[in-house]
Amino acid sequence: MVSANVSGDLSSEMEVDAFRRLFPLRYHERFLLDSIRPDARPLGRARDTSLALGAVASADGSALAKIGCTTMLAAVKMEVMTPPKESPDEGSIAIEFYMPPICSPLVRPGRPAEEAPVVSKQLSDTILRHVNVVTSFSGMINLKELSLVSGKAAWMAYLDIYCLDADGSLFDAALLAAVAAFSHLRIPVVSLNEEGRVVVVSEENEEGKSEKEPVNKGKRKLTLSSLPFSLTCILHKNYILADPTAEEESIMETLVTVVLDSSGQLVSLYKPGGPVLAYASAVQDCIALTRQRVKELKSILNEAISDMEVD
Amino acid sequence: MSMEIGRDDGRTANQLRPLACSRNILNRAHGSASWSQGDTKVLAAVYGPKAGTKKNENPEKACIEVVWKPKTGQIGKPEKEYEVILKRTLKSICLLNINPNTTTSIIIQVVSDDGALLPCAINAACAALVDAAIPLKHLAVAICCCLTESGYVILDPTKVEEQKMKAFAYLVFPNSAISIIPEGSSHMEGELMEHGIITSVTHGVMSVDDYLHCLERGQAASTKMSAFLRRSLQSQAPNDSSRAG
Repeated sequence: MVSANVSGDLSSEMEVDAFRRLFPLRYHERFLLDSIRPDARPLGRARDTSLALGAVASADGSALAKIGCTTMLAAVKMEVMTPPKESPDEGSIAIEFYMPPICSPLVRPGRPAEEAPVVSKQLSDTILRHVNVVTSFSGMINLKELSLVSGKAAWMAYLDIYCLDADGSLFDAALLAAVAAFSHLRIPVVSLNEEGRVVVVSEENEEGKSEKEPVNKGKRKLTLSSLPFSLTCILHKNYILADPTAEEESIMETLVTVVLDSSGQLVSLYKPGGPVLAYASAVQDCIALTRQRVKELKSILNEAISDMEVD
Repeated sequence: MSMEIGRDDGRTANQLRPLACSRNILNRAHGSASWSQGDTKVLAAVYGPKAGTKKNENPEKACIEVVWKPKTGQIGKPEKEYEVILKRTLKSICLLNINPNTTTSIIIQVVSDDGALLPCAINAACAALVDAAIPLKHLAVAICCCLTESGYVILDPTKVEEQKMKAFAYLVFPNSAISIIPEGSSHMEGELMEHGIITSVTHGVMSVDDYLHCLERGQAASTKMSAFLRRSLQSQAPNDSSRAG
C-alpha cells in the first residue's frame, strides 16, 4: 500500500501509518484513484447506521443514533409552561446541542468546539423552520399540538443532544437522533388539580381520582409531518465522497450538507465555503446521493419504531 | 417572463437595491470597507497579517478569524454561525500559502439590517480584504435569492419581504477577470468558473428545481454585482477620503 513515487522520496520506505499521518492527502488520493476509501467503502456509500429508541429511561422520548463511529444521544423532556401572549395556543421547543470533552481530543473544557453552536442553530432551523407570516405553519412539528389549555398552559419540549463520539457527519447523526427521539416521544398525561394548575398524573395512584380528569388522555404522540433526513458529502477535485469521517473532513475541507424531507423537498443545502466550487452538476449529484440515503434512513427508523412497539 | 410581481418598493423581480461601497473609512485598521444594499449596511475592518496562529490551526498556512458584532444585543448562536460561514468562505478566496504562520482578523459590524444581511457582510468583507492588500485568488460576490409563495424567484429582498417568503437562499459566487483555477478541478465544458458556488445557505423548504432556478438567477445577477465591485474598487485610490461613508 505504499505509493511508488517517481521522485523516490521517503514514501517508498515508510510504514503505512506514518505515511497516513505525514502525507494524508496523498494517502487518500491513492484510494480515490480506485474509487474507494481507506475503510473500503465505495464513494457514494454511507457508513453503517443504527438507531436505538428509548435509550434514556427517565426522558419522555429519547434515541441513540450511530453512524459509523459518530454517536449522538438525544433526549426530550416535557414541561408545562404558560404560553406567551402573542401565541396563546402554541407550545414551544428548545433545542440544544452539546459537545462534551468525551467526544473528541480537540474539545477541552476551556476550549469549546467551534461546531457546537453551528450544528445547534442548524438543527433548530431544520426542525422548527421559521413560521412566516403568510402560511401559519411550516415545519416538522406543529406547535399548536403542544398546547394544553389555550392561553393558560402549553408544553415546552426541551430537546438535548449530546455528542458522545465525534467522527465526522455530526449534523447527520444529530438530526437522525432528534427525529427518532420525537418519534419515540410519549407526552405525559396531565390533569387539572383543585387550584386550576396542570399537574402530571402519575401512573401509580390510579384509584378513586374521579375528579381529576386527564386533560389530554387521548393525545399521547406528536404527529410528525415530512421528516427531514440529511447527508453530508465532501467535494474533492472530481470526486464526491458521501458521509465523511473526521479524518476526511479535516483533509478535504469542502463540505456540502443536503437535507431532504420525506416528500423530496429540499429543506436545506448548506455549503459553507471551501476550496472547491460546486457547479450545478455537483449539486445534482449530491442531491441524488441524499435521495438514496433518505430511503435507507426511513427504513432504519421504521424498523426501530416497530421493534420498540413489539416490546 | 413578464409576470408583474408587485414588490413594495416598486422593483422588478430581478432588480437589486442601490449598491454603495466605500473603502478605507477607518484610520487604524489595515483595511476597511462599508457596503450597503438599500438600507442594509455593514462595516468590515481587516487587521493583518499578524504574527502567529491560534493553537489548533495549521502553522504552514495563513489563518483567518472573523468576529461578528450585531447591531444590538448579545452575541449568540446566529452570530457564531455567521462567523463560521464567513470564515470558511473567506478562507477559500484567500491565498493561504503566501504568508504562513500569520493571522488575519476580520471584524464585521452590522450598522443596519434590512434584509440580506449575510450577503452584504460577505461583500463588505471582500472589499475590506482588497483594501488591506491581503493576497486573494479571486473576489467573491454574494446575493440573496428568495422564493415567493407563488413560486417566483426574486432577488435581494428587504426584511419585510424576507419574512413573507416561503424560502430563501444566500449564494456566493467567485468573480475574477483572471483567476487561478485549481488543477484538476471539475471544470466542465460550458460551465464557467463564475457559475460554481463557493457558499450556499438556505432557509425554508423549496423543491430541488426551485433551488436550481435560484442558482441560475443568482449567477446572472452576480455578473452585475461583480462589475459594480470591480468598478468601485478600481476607482478609489487608497487615500481617497472624499468618498468616506
